[in-house]
Amino acid sequence: MTTLQQPATAERRPARPPGRGNRRSWTGWGFIGPFVAVFALVFLAPIVYSIYLSLFRDQLIGGNTFVGADNYTQALQDEQFWASLGRVSLFLAVQVPIMLGIALLIALALDSGRLYGRDFFRIAIFLPYAVPAVVATLMWGFMYGTRFGLVGDINEAFGVTLPDPLSTDLVLASIGNIVTWEFVGYNMLIFYAALRVIPHSLYEAAEIDGAGQIRVITAIKLPAIRGALVIATIFSIIGSFQLFNEPSILRPLARNAITTDYTPNFYTYSLSFNGQQHNYSAAVAIIMGLITMVIAYVVQLRGMRKGA
Amino acid sequence: MRRTTSRLLRGIALVSTIALGATACGSGDDGDSKKPVSSGDVKAALEKGGTIKVWAWEPTLKTVAADFEKKYPKVKVELVGERSGDKHYTALSNAISAKKGVPDVAQVEYFALGQYSLTKGLTDLAPFGADKLADKYTPGPWNAVSDGDAVYGLPMDSGPMALFYNKKVFDKYKVEVPTTWDEYVEAARKLHKADPKVYIANDAGDAGFTTSMLWQAGSRPYKVDGTKVKVDFADAGAKKYTDTWQKLVDEKLLAPINGWTDDWYKGLGDGSIATLATGAWMPANFVTGVPNAAGDWRAAPMPAWTAGDKASAENGGSSLALPELGENEELAYAFVEYANSGAGVQSRVKEGAFPATTAELESDAFRNTEFEYFGGQKANEIFADSAANVADDWSYLPFQQYANSIFNDTVGKAYVSDTKLTDGLKNWQDASVKYGKEQGFTVE
Repeated sequence: MTTLQQPATAERRPARPPGRGNRRSWTGWGFIGPFVAVFALVFLAPIVYSIYLSLFRDQLIGGNTFVGADNYTQALQDEQFWASLGRVSLFLAVQVPIMLGIALLIALALDSGRLYGRDFFRIAIFLPYAVPAVVATLMWGFMYGTRFGLVGDINEAFGVTLPDPLSTDLVLASIGNIVTWEFVGYNMLIFYAALRVIPHSLYEAAEIDGAGQIRVITAIKLPAIRGALVIATIFSIIGSFQLFNEPSILRPLARNAITTDYTPNFYTYSLSFNGQQHNYSAAVAIIMGLITMVIAYVVQLRGMRKGA
Repeated sequence: MRRTTSRLLRGIALVSTIALGATACGSGDDGDSKKPVSSGDVKAALEKGGTIKVWAWEPTLKTVAADFEKKYPKVKVELVGERSGDKHYTALSNAISAKKGVPDVAQVEYFALGQYSLTKGLTDLAPFGADKLADKYTPGPWNAVSDGDAVYGLPMDSGPMALFYNKKVFDKYKVEVPTTWDEYVEAARKLHKADPKVYIANDAGDAGFTTSMLWQAGSRPYKVDGTKVKVDFADAGAKKYTDTWQKLVDEKLLAPINGWTDDWYKGLGDGSIATLATGAWMPANFVTGVPNAAGDWRAAPMPAWTAGDKASAENGGSSLALPELGENEELAYAFVEYANSGAGVQSRVKEGAFPATTAELESDAFRNTEFEYFGGQKANEIFADSAANVADDWSYLPFQQYANSIFNDTVGKAYVSDTKLTDGLKNWQDASVKYGKEQGFTVE
């Protein structure tokens, strides 16, 4: 064996001069090294670690064992998981169109140039986005309160009985309201920025052709910001699937309405932190991640194809 | 091109492996092996001094910690008491599984001890001499902390149940204080009719309360034999409870307020919550949490399920335990012993804690203590009698903490929808069974 290897080393030695190329490749690493290191540490490592975790099962009795894909098959048959996914899908189907619709309407209004105090409205509508989600939810939680909150005060002052926003039937809509309040401004800004870059010559041409405002919107503005619409939709889809802050902060106020498996993220959180089922939780999280990716990708493909 | 890609991939794989290793290392490595300890070690440790981290929300421990520091000037006690209940256990479990930031002493309620001792999360205190303390405590709490020869914590307090009631409210509406649960329902109707703002009690679904009520009603839903577990909420006792409680729920006679919230303290203070059936550790919390209602409240024996029946139950009550991954074991044990068996007990009793030690419970001084908060009532007589009448054989699940965390997902539905309590309990049973099976228990 050794004798066989020797010629190989001998051969490589004379080939040293081209070794310069070797050194050059290290220089390249020097440049991308910092990126790769951070990328691996904060992006790849957690994913790899989650996948690794998801292949095991740690039981109170029996300890930690390798179970292969068992967690995944279990998750795919998990009614609680599918119910929570159904809940956020409903949320997505109802809340996202409303939110984006309002945002688009405001962006168009601001862009129309016919609004008095445009800069004030732009800032005022964007402001809720600057409020941390946790604070915003707490604030809304106080308002929703039927005993000592705003709803309670209204009931008291006017002698009416408003429906309880935190009841089982209404709590999803109440969460939707909070999320809409938070993100209308953000989406509005995306749309508004996209509207601002449309060349003015197009509007002039439209005017010459005798197009009205509605016509300008449908024929120029909307097609021009399609990219922004698609992006905002994708962000909103991801946001809906990741719904967590609002239900988890409202839960102490409505324990019976907001279950520990209310949204997929909240479910993984409960599995992990209440049930100490980190492994199963990792599997559910990965499945959820894949579903989100697929749906976001489909929307992107569709959105882009229409744009073409 | 292809070579660069493969090299890049290899590079990424390498770096991520290293990164992964680094992450994993953060949680590994708890080299210190346990060796038996003698009381001499404890003494030496106390002289040497140090700092112990204590996670406990029991309010009377503040004084105990101060006294302890005074007695052993070199020891510093860091008391963290902001978290209680679920949040406390989540933090504790996380610290234990992360093997980082684990406190040296933790308050663990009796219902949760099973889970922590089963997963080897707690230090056995018998080698410290805790096994010789058995006679000092009443049997209920001692059974809860000990398992065979092992002792997983020292009982801090116990929670024989009593009915606290707002005498001012009952007097105002001329309603008799109920002695049976049927009378309780009647009283609830009368009070709520007299003033729609007044509710007989608050209950928005609380696992600890419901299990204690079942306990008193004679239900024994959990049977635990090592790793064999049985869950059954369909016995006669459970039916007694659900029949009665369903009436209160259906007629909206319970204030939908969770315990330990601002609303709750407010309700206890302003008379809108008229009674509170809970453990005898409550007075200390009344004094600190509801100071404005001093003099309004009194204690009474728990209403009976059948007139004349004296059976009582425990609600809550906790121990101080040493998480296995905590440090300064000797100091930690010294503190636990001081607080729950030594001089700390008296100072805690003085502040309204309900002891688990027989000496205190039986002493005349204890029984004759007049509670200023309860208008001078000798409430301890009621509590001590309740302690003596706690029905036995009750056990919690070895994963009660998890079961309690999903109580509102299942039974909670009965408070806010058409679901009946019985169905809610059945769902809770199914979910608990499912979890038990997943965790490797043999569940029936």
